[in-house]
Amino acid sequence: MIGRIRASRLLVLASMCSALSLGACSSGGGAGDAPDGNTVSVGVLQSLTGTMAISEITVKNAEMLAIEEINAAGGVLGKTINAVVEDGASDPSTFAQKASKLIENDGVSTVFGGWTSASRKAMLPVFERTKNLLWYPVQFEGNECSPNIMYSGAQPNQQALPALKWAVEQGYKSYFLVGSDYVYPRTANLILKKHIEKGGMTVAGEAYVPLGGTDFSGVIAKIQQAKPAIIINTLNGDSNVAFFKQMQAAGLSPKTLPVMSFSIGEQEAQAMGAGLVEGSYAAWNYFQSLTGEANAKFIAAYKAKFGKDAAITDPMVHGYLDVWAWKAAVEKAKSFEPEAVRKAAATLGSFDTPMGKVSFAANQSLVQKAYIGKLKADGQFEIIADSGSDIAPEPYDALAFPGKSCKI
Amino acid sequence: MDATLFLNQLFNGFSVASLYLLASLGLALSFGLMRVINMAHGEMLMLGGYLAWMTLLVVPGAAGIILAIPVAFVGAAAMGGLIQSTLIRRLSARPLDTLLATWGVSLILQQGARDLFGAVGVEVRAPDWLSGSIALAGVTIPSARIFIIAVAVLVLGSLALLLLRSRIGLLVRAVNQDRMMAAATGIDVKRVDFTIFCLGAGIAGLAGVMLALLGPVTPNVGQSYIIPAFLVVVMGGLGSIVGTTAAAAILGLFSALAQIFVDVSVAQMLLLVFVVLFIQVRPQGVIAVRTRALDV
Amino acid sequence: MSDPTLLQRVSKALPWLLLVLAIVAPFALSAYDLNLLARFMAMAILALGIVLIWGHGGILSLGQGVFFGIGGYAIAMHMKMADLPEGELPDFMLWSGQESLPFWWAPFASPTFAIAAILFVPVLVGSLFAWAVFHRRVGGTYFALITQALALAFATLIISRQDVTGGFNGLTDFYGIFGVGLSSPGVPAALYWLTLALLVASYCGVRLLLASRFGMLLRAARDGENRIRFLGYNPTPFKVVAFAIAAMLAGIAGALFTLHAGVVSPALIGVVPSIEMVVWVAIGGRYSLAGAIVGALLVNIARDAVSSAFPELWLYLMGLLFILVVTLLPNGLAGLVASKRA
Repeated sequence: MIGRIRASRLLVLASMCSALSLGACSSGGGAGDAPDGNTVSVGVLQSLTGTMAISEITVKNAEMLAIEEINAAGGVLGKTINAVVEDGASDPSTFAQKASKLIENDGVSTVFGGWTSASRKAMLPVFERTKNLLWYPVQFEGNECSPNIMYSGAQPNQQALPALKWAVEQGYKSYFLVGSDYVYPRTANLILKKHIEKGGMTVAGEAYVPLGGTDFSGVIAKIQQAKPAIIINTLNGDSNVAFFKQMQAAGLSPKTLPVMSFSIGEQEAQAMGAGLVEGSYAAWNYFQSLTGEANAKFIAAYKAKFGKDAAITDPMVHGYLDVWAWKAAVEKAKSFEPEAVRKAAATLGSFDTPMGKVSFAANQSLVQKAYIGKLKADGQFEIIADSGSDIAPEPYDALAFPGKSCKI
Repeated sequence: MDATLFLNQLFNGFSVASLYLLASLGLALSFGLMRVINMAHGEMLMLGGYLAWMTLLVVPGAAGIILAIPVAFVGAAAMGGLIQSTLIRRLSARPLDTLLATWGVSLILQQGARDLFGAVGVEVRAPDWLSGSIALAGVTIPSARIFIIAVAVLVLGSLALLLLRSRIGLLVRAVNQDRMMAAATGIDVKRVDFTIFCLGAGIAGLAGVMLALLGPVTPNVGQSYIIPAFLVVVMGGLGSIVGTTAAAAILGLFSALAQIFVDVSVAQMLLLVFVVLFIQVRPQGVIAVRTRALDV
Repeated sequence: MSDPTLLQRVSKALPWLLLVLAIVAPFALSAYDLNLLARFMAMAILALGIVLIWGHGGILSLGQGVFFGIGGYAIAMHMKMADLPEGELPDFMLWSGQESLPFWWAPFASPTFAIAAILFVPVLVGSLFAWAVFHRRVGGTYFALITQALALAFATLIISRQDVTGGFNGLTDFYGIFGVGLSSPGVPAALYWLTLALLVASYCGVRLLLASRFGMLLRAARDGENRIRFLGYNPTPFKVVAFAIAAMLAGIAGALFTLHAGVVSPALIGVVPSIEMVVWVAIGGRYSLAGAIVGALLVNIARDAVSSAFPELWLYLMGLLFILVVTLLPNGLAGLVASKRA
């Protein structure tokens, strides 16, 4: 009996030690491919695990695709790009920790990554301290401008406000705002409310559900009571399925009560089963259904690498164009120095991307168009409106945050 | 306050309560019998949801959802049996350690589901007769929620019959009242434990099917209902089915009615405060099981 | 190694050797590694509290993240206030539409108040909560479940009150503490030594406490609550005090962690992080203070390494460690060492 206990204890010890040393070894292995004279290291930092992994892995794929394409075409300034991939684990403090690892231990000259505002906020002090440069690919709530971040995702005036403008043109007068409980929905809705009230229209209601929440009975009861003309939806991830499903069960499908979403892209639509959300609207700077040669080429390249059923979304294209913009800026500056690169990027002029011609403004955000799409049964969006001209990025909405401006 | 909203939320309260009840019955049964909480119980819900989804892939339509109920029940019961016989039985005298070990199981099951089915949720399409709604006194009531309430009532009824009228019910009550005495009279208490644990896990699997009617099935779908279910167990009283039912009803109604005034997030906080205040008044739970034991 | 006295001498000297190594670490480690080590040491302080309540008090708390969070938010609020130009609001309040500073934010501008808050708010919340549950003789599994609900409710509440808490983003972007920049030369090392000193002090403090009459009564209450009631003691105050001390240690740990990590957010204090804290102690050994420190360091180092190389593997590994340690090795690594010695 004693022998048996001891044997099993030893087994545990052995398995624990091997597990722990496995980790120790693997971390040592990472340092093996240190850059020599002919490579330049860049960081790719997205969540590969946790709740955000599903969205962020596709952005990582797009960023890696761009790096491969650049390497195949001869690299940057004659150097091959060595991508160091790290996992942010859907946790802001891990993002901060891994960002400083990439910069201080791996010596990367720039980092592509981040998705949630929380991850960007946590990384910002690291980039400012080390004077490095982060390329951030996702739409966000504005109210930030750091010299050490290039913001290619939409500012509120490039996604939320064009969507509102479209809704006003359609004659909707009463709005219900529903979102997941985190920063982007709350701040986007704050801005929207100011604009709705200024336009003499009404906010019929506003409701938030904890991230990942799936019980919408209370929210739907409030919607039924408020009887809005349109719903502006900033729910995140799986909450959308539960929301649309319970709306349908309550007799409110997107066909009877229109829904405009800011976080449903092609990938989400595909995963949700387009039948449920068919006919609902979305606002983005990119849709897979955009025409144009660069887009067709990008879609073909991505599908060849990651499967023909892969859906292409707005943040992926932003991640992809970030890498190319970095390459162009490095070549313009003739240097990998982040300070020189960011200055070159802001004066790069317009360049061709899958979403058409874009450029970086002096405030280091992207000048881009906005599109409104209507979801079809096949999971693709039919583009029904666009902003016409390019929209200059405004990190601080003049109506909601008067007197604030971005100076870099 | 608007009367329609109140009626709506009253109904939603009962619907949420039915889900709490289905999610917590298994916990309460095995807690009453073995004094252990299975932290992987939420993953039995998840398993039920995925089994329902797979059943509907094979047999689409209305027959599929009816078939999914027994499939999910048996599948989750089998998983429960596996956990009970390999892990919980070994830890029977250490309830807190059981809590931790089953949390480990829960982590593994969640990650396993993520690797098998992907991190994005899958969607179970309810047949038409379950995805419509009925208008009643100005209140729109989704049929899926009526169905869920009906299933909960049915499960409760069958469970009561089983415990009060069947031979296995007699054995369960005997072990519940005095484990040592029951063992001394020749009852195979280990088998009773095993059976009840499987039954409880099976009911959770069934609850998973119900959840799939309302939202996506994701690897962590169980997590959003399991903590309220734990609170139901705390409030219900040791192993009392009546107590569990009452606690589920109180908490379901409390949470739905609180949402008339506050956000979902604040309602969650109030729910906990309510339970802590409740045990100030009745630490033994809604229904106190009479016992002469000192350390229950 | 045939000479047993040598082995004994080595095992006696080992803690001192490790302490010396820890003291000189700032001279040997890179800035990044030092920062990691400092974070993990902060977490070890929290682990000491878990040994006190779980190992010796039989109280399993799945909500220590709450107190960790209170400490973290207190120091973060102080740094936010200290960085603030006169008459302005912290950045997140602006973008959340908050128009004036909430009254409970203002006192955090004072460093003394902030330090007092780090130490005593966890104690206050912890003892009120523990008293409310324990004085009605609710304990054991019920207590674990209620603390888990507490962790969930606390994290959800912080997220939902974005206008005054920073919400899901948490609080970040600090310049410095007490007038010195967090990354100015020498400061990281000084903060590291501060963490090490507090870890050693907490270790000694809890050790003395466990060896005292209080510790003995706590263990007695763990082993048979009714027995000590018959002997004329009321176990509730012992359990409440132990829980309050553990809460205080968690608060200190949270504050130090926030200084090192430069961010505090709800992701660090919810249900999952709270239960992970128990894993450190389960692996290190629930009865052993040294084991808890080793466990906290080892698990976090392994997590950092494994999750870089094989992100998906970490959850399986942690689940498996949980099951194996609890079933086969209830005394953790410390138990192994002890059995070797005997």
